[in-house]
Amino acid sequence: MATSARRNGKTGRLRLVVCTKVVPKPEEVHVDEATRTLIRANVRSEVNPSDLNALEAALALREQHGGQVLLLSMGPPMAVSYLQVLLAMGADHAYLLSDRAFGGADTLPTSLTLAAGVRKIGGVDVVLCGEESSDGATGQVPAGLAEWLDVPQATYVSELRRASGSGRRLEVRRELPGGHEWLRMPTPAVVSLKARANEPRFLDVGRLRRLAGQDGVTVWTAADLELEPDRLGLNGSATVVAGVGRATGSERKRQRVAGSPDQEAEALVSRMLAASH
Amino acid sequence: MIPSWYGPEEARGVWVYLETARGRLENVSRELLGIARSLADQLSTEVTGVVIGADLQAVPSDALAHGADVVLLAEHPELEAVRTEPFARVLADAVAARKPDVLLLGATPDGRDLAGRLAVRLRTGLTADCIDLAIEPGTDVVLGHTTGFGGGVTATIKCPRHRPQMATVRPGVFPVPIPRSGQTGRVERLPVHLRPEDTRVEVLERVTEDQADLTRARVLVVGGRGVQGDFSLLEQLASELGGEVGATRVAVDKGWIDRARQIGQTGFVTRPDLAVVCGTSGAMQFTVGIKHAGTIVAINVDPEAPIFEDADYCVVDDFRRVVPPLIRKLQAVHELTPGAR
Repeated sequence: MATSARRNGKTGRLRLVVCTKVVPKPEEVHVDEATRTLIRANVRSEVNPSDLNALEAALALREQHGGQVLLLSMGPPMAVSYLQVLLAMGADHAYLLSDRAFGGADTLPTSLTLAAGVRKIGGVDVVLCGEESSDGATGQVPAGLAEWLDVPQATYVSELRRASGSGRRLEVRRELPGGHEWLRMPTPAVVSLKARANEPRFLDVGRLRRLAGQDGVTVWTAADLELEPDRLGLNGSATVVAGVGRATGSERKRQRVAGSPDQEAEALVSRMLAASH
Repeated sequence: MIPSWYGPEEARGVWVYLETARGRLENVSRELLGIARSLADQLSTEVTGVVIGADLQAVPSDALAHGADVVLLAEHPELEAVRTEPFARVLADAVAARKPDVLLLGATPDGRDLAGRLAVRLRTGLTADCIDLAIEPGTDVVLGHTTGFGGGVTATIKCPRHRPQMATVRPGVFPVPIPRSGQTGRVERLPVHLRPEDTRVEVLERVTEDQADLTRARVLVVGGRGVQGDFSLLEQLASELGGEVGATRVAVDKGWIDRARQIGQTGFVTRPDLAVVCGTSGAMQFTVGIKHAGTIVAINVDPEAPIFEDADYCVVDDFRRVVPPLIRKLQAVHELTPGAR
């Protein structure tokens, strides 16, 4: 690991890890109102869409500076074929963290497990993530990963470049409500890309066809990562899902506000302030 | 299990991380103080606001007026720019020393960035993007309601054994509490002990401003055929709400307003927190441009106007009679709450 970091340092190449998750297609997930559970049967999966923006950003950096783009994912063995799609888009190799012990993890053990994967890959300059996953949609994993790795982080990033001058520093543009900021940080670092920050490239169908079985994907278990099972998955989670339900969607209140113009205005003020913060 | 630094038996108090911009409290923080007040009352405990920065003298009185009992203030030159690592250091040290039960942050880019890091440091649970919060009867555990799978599924999430129970709360879902005047409370200074690695990220520039981009406007005041050429009242209302003026295609085609402000099928599809729609019938070609609005207020003289089907608050009246008192009342509220728009 240290060897590859030194090698990177000499050549200026970047060793980039892109975290990705295979998620159920959101529009196919429904709630069983009777049992208050998610119906996952016959639901198709996909690569979390915003992870493609992270991959695209990593591939662009590799084109500029040389180096490697490595994929890192946690999930069941079926994720292999999805990782191969990303390999066909241009990634060099994939690592799948797969073990029953990882199941049911909230963001605390998920970020712990991914951090162990990043450490085992070794010599990594930048970890790139999507803005958030479409299933849990917490957006918490990138920051948690940075904390476990004790490296700086930048979330909601729309542009990233290597800082000019000496040292291996990164400059990133972070999107904010009604504005942005530019940050400069040393590497290694964790960056999450704002959804739709770039246009992901097409995959190379020929390359995809040549990938058979588990080609291009290394699978690591909890034992490979030397992680204790009681810190992983459901056992290691701090939060509990107490129940699920079906969202009511964009149903409107259609509440009548009546009275004199002054009374109507009075009634609207607090509701409008509440809505517009 | 990954144990948190302390457990439920030691934990006490509801904390709110207060966001500021240019030395003033952000509205999302006032909203959080309001819901924190309600949770704390149910738990018979105090609301503590934590604010971090470099020049914050305007903040404590504002936080106390909006529901805090205690304000913890951390001021330091290295804390002038909003940066996750030094802010996480100050917050984590304060949490370790005082052991809160609950810690709420806004689900803003900065709030989520900080919360994700802090939750791992504290080895505790974090419920993201809550749209409602409640106390579970009998256990006094916080229940966070949130959505997933593209918003199609709601989930109730709790953190039974780890403390503090952390949650980020979506801006705009809770009302800004009516400020209490003459409110007193304790203001205490937090020690600031940064480590060298906390300041390794440099903020090169930070630019945030109001933009006349309708797709990003948080508040839209929209006029249609019923406006009859004069958008000045709507412009005043938009200005009072910190928002932008938009228009239907009819109003644009008649030359009453610039085409850059057209909303709907052939204009902008917008996503404001609040849309106030005046003198507009509500044809589908228009409503497609506001259907993602958080809250829709419709004002129209015609009780049969279809716009009322797509509105949260429906006023059957002439907007020329309702908007002037509305502007006056908003002005009065803003005088009580500096920087609240």
